[in-house]
Amino acid sequence: MSTYTPGQPVTAVVQRIEIHKLRQGDNLILGFSIGGGIDQDPGQNPFSGDKTDKGIYVTRITPGGPAHEAGLRMGDKIMQVNGWDMTMVTHDQARKTLTKKNEDTVRLLVTRKSLEDAVKNSMGSYPRQ
Amino acid sequence: MDTESTYSGYSYYSGRSRGSHRHGERSRDRHKPRSKDSRSEKSVTINTPPAEPLLGDSVVRGEQVQDDNWGETTTAVTGTSEHSLSQEDIVRITKDLEDSVGLDCRRYFTLTLAVILGLLVFLTPLAFLLLPHLLWPEKLQSCGTACEGLFISVAFKLLILLLAVWALFFRPPRAGLPRVFVFRALLAVLVLLFVVSYWLFYGVRILDSQDENYQGIVQYAVSLVDALLFIHYLAIVLLELRQLQPCFSVCVTRSTDGEMRHYNLGQLSIQRAALAILEHYYCDFPVHNPALLSASKSRAAKHLAGLKVYNVDGPGNNAAAGLAHSQSRAMIAAAARRRDTSHNELYYEEAEHERRVRKRKARLVVAVEEAFTHIKRMQEEEQKKAPGDVMDPREAAQAIFPSMARALQKYLRTTKQQHCHSMESIQQHLAFCITNNMTPKAFLESYLAPGPTLQYSRDHWLARQWTLISEASVTSGLKDGSIFVLKCADFSLVVTTKKIPYIQMSEEYIDPKSHKFVLRLQSETSV
Repeated sequence: MSTYTPGQPVTAVVQRIEIHKLRQGDNLILGFSIGGGIDQDPGQNPFSGDKTDKGIYVTRITPGGPAHEAGLRMGDKIMQVNGWDMTMVTHDQARKTLTKKNEDTVRLLVTRKSLEDAVKNSMGSYPRQ
Repeated sequence: MDTESTYSGYSYYSGRSRGSHRHGERSRDRHKPRSKDSRSEKSVTINTPPAEPLLGDSVVRGEQVQDDNWGETTTAVTGTSEHSLSQEDIVRITKDLEDSVGLDCRRYFTLTLAVILGLLVFLTPLAFLLLPHLLWPEKLQSCGTACEGLFISVAFKLLILLLAVWALFFRPPRAGLPRVFVFRALLAVLVLLFVVSYWLFYGVRILDSQDENYQGIVQYAVSLVDALLFIHYLAIVLLELRQLQPCFSVCVTRSTDGEMRHYNLGQLSIQRAALAILEHYYCDFPVHNPALLSASKSRAAKHLAGLKVYNVDGPGNNAAAGLAHSQSRAMIAAAARRRDTSHNELYYEEAEHERRVRKRKARLVVAVEEAFTHIKRMQEEEQKKAPGDVMDPREAAQAIFPSMARALQKYLRTTKQQHCHSMESIQQHLAFCITNNMTPKAFLESYLAPGPTLQYSRDHWLARQWTLISEASVTSGLKDGSIFVLKCADFSLVVTTKKIPYIQMSEEYIDPKSHKFVLRLQSETSV
C-alpha cells in the first residue's frame, strides 16, 4: 500500500477482481465485510500498513462465498468499485456502491501488500537503467 | 561473643513449625535464657508487677533473666536510664545553673523597660490635658461642647490602644532568644522618639508660653493618641503580618536518625525562624530514642576493630600528618580486600527483629483486648442498685493492668521504648482510655509507634536548652541557601532553606460551548 501524500496522485499495484452477486432470498450478497472510510477512525484498522489510511478494507470473507471464489482476500484495500473511487468515501457510501440492487456483478480493483512485494521483487532482478 | 557455643533460638521455632528452612542458621546474639523465657509464656500467670517503676527492671535486676539484647546494652553508655546520671546530664545541669541567672536578669530588664515605656505612653495624653488646668487655670478658656466631645474621643481611643497593646504585647513569652528582637527594639525606639518629640513641642510652645486655647491643646492630645494607634498598626504589620506569607521552604533534618520534615516560613530573622522550627519539632518529630542507634554504632565499632595498623618503619620516620594518612590508606585498602559479610548479618538480624516485633505485638493486642473485656461501664440505674465493688477509673485501671503488663513490657523492650513509659504513666493512660470509652486499639496506639516529644512526660524533654549555630548573624533574615544548626545535648537539627520560586501564571479562556466530541468508529458492514 502506498502512503498517501495530499495533492499527489495515488499509485498502487492493483488486481482486478470480478464478483458475481449471489441471490439469497430478497438480497444480493457478495460474501464479505468492509471496514474503514473517511468518517471512521483509521487507527483501529488492523489491516492497514499506514494507520492514517482511511480507505475501505476487506475485514472478513465468508468462506465459499462469491468474493472468496473470485479471489478476494481478507485485508485487501478496495480502490475502485465499478469505476467508482473507493479511496475517499464514507463507510456508508462504500456500502451503497457495493450493494446496488440493479447490478449483478461488481468489478473491484484491490491492492494488497503481497502484490507490491511481488512487483518489487520482479523489478529488482533486472539491472537498473 | 563469636566463639561461644550459643543456643540457637531457631531450633525452638523449628520444633514447632515443621519444615522451617532456617533450621540450620545460627544467630550470634541468642542466649540460653531465651528458652526459659518462651517456655514460661505458655502458662497463664497474673502477677502484680514490682513496686519499682517499669524502667527499674533493666537497671536493678540486671540483664540475667528477660533481656533479649544483652549484647547491646552491656558496655555502651546509653544515657537512657532514669537512675543513672551520664556525663552529659552533669554538664547540662551546670550549664543550666549558670545560664538561668543571666537569662532571668535580661528578661526582667526588658520587662521593666517595656513597662516604663508603656506607662509613659499612656500617661502622656492625660498629662497634656491636665497640666494646663494645674498650672494656669485662671487664664484657660472654658471648654466648649466640641472640646468636650474630644474628651470622649481621647478616652475611647486610649481604651482601644490599651486593649490593643494588651493583646499584642502582653503575652507570656514563648522563649528566650540569643539576640534582641530587632523589630521590637526599633518600634520601642520609634515610640520613644515620638513621645519625646511631642513633649518637646508641648514644653516649648505650650508650657512656656502658657497657651490659653484649651481646645487646641485637646486637639494636640488627640493627635498624639491617633499617631500612637497608627504606630500600633505598624507594630502589627511588622511583628505579626509580615511573616505570614510563606516565602521559604525549610528542610529540618535530625542528625541522629535522619528524620526529615519540611515547613513553610515567611520572612523571618534566623532566630525567629529557629524558634518556629523548634515549636514544630516538638509537635511533629517522633521522640528521639537513643536506644535505636546503638545497633549502627556497634556495627561501626566492629569495622574499626577488625583491623589493627602497625607502623613497621619505626617512629619519627614520617611527619604526623603523613603517618595518619598512610595509616588510613592502609586501612581502607585492607577493608576493601577483606570479604565483608556484615551486610548478611544485618539483613538476617533485621528480618528476625521484624518477626519478633510482630509476634510480641500480636500477643500484646490479644492481651489488651482480653483485659478490656473484664470491665464494663455501669449505667446510672445500676449505680444506685449495686453499691458494692464499684470502682472509679483509676482503680479499674489498676485492676486490669496486671493482665496486660507483661505483654506490654515485653513489647516495649523489643521496640526499645521501655524508658519512655513508666508504669505510672501507663496506668494513667489506661484510666484515661477507660473513662473516655476508648477501644483497646485506641489505648495501644500510643505505644505502637513513637509519638511526638510533647506526648511524653516532662522529664523526658531532655533538651530545654538549645544552641543556635549559624554562620550568618542570627538577627539577619532568612535567605535562599542559608544553613544553620540547632544543637541540644543529644542531637542536633540541621536546617536548610530554599526560596519558594516566583510563580508566573497566565490565563487561558475556554468557551463552555467549545467542548465538542466525535465518535471514533470502526464499523464493519457485510455486503
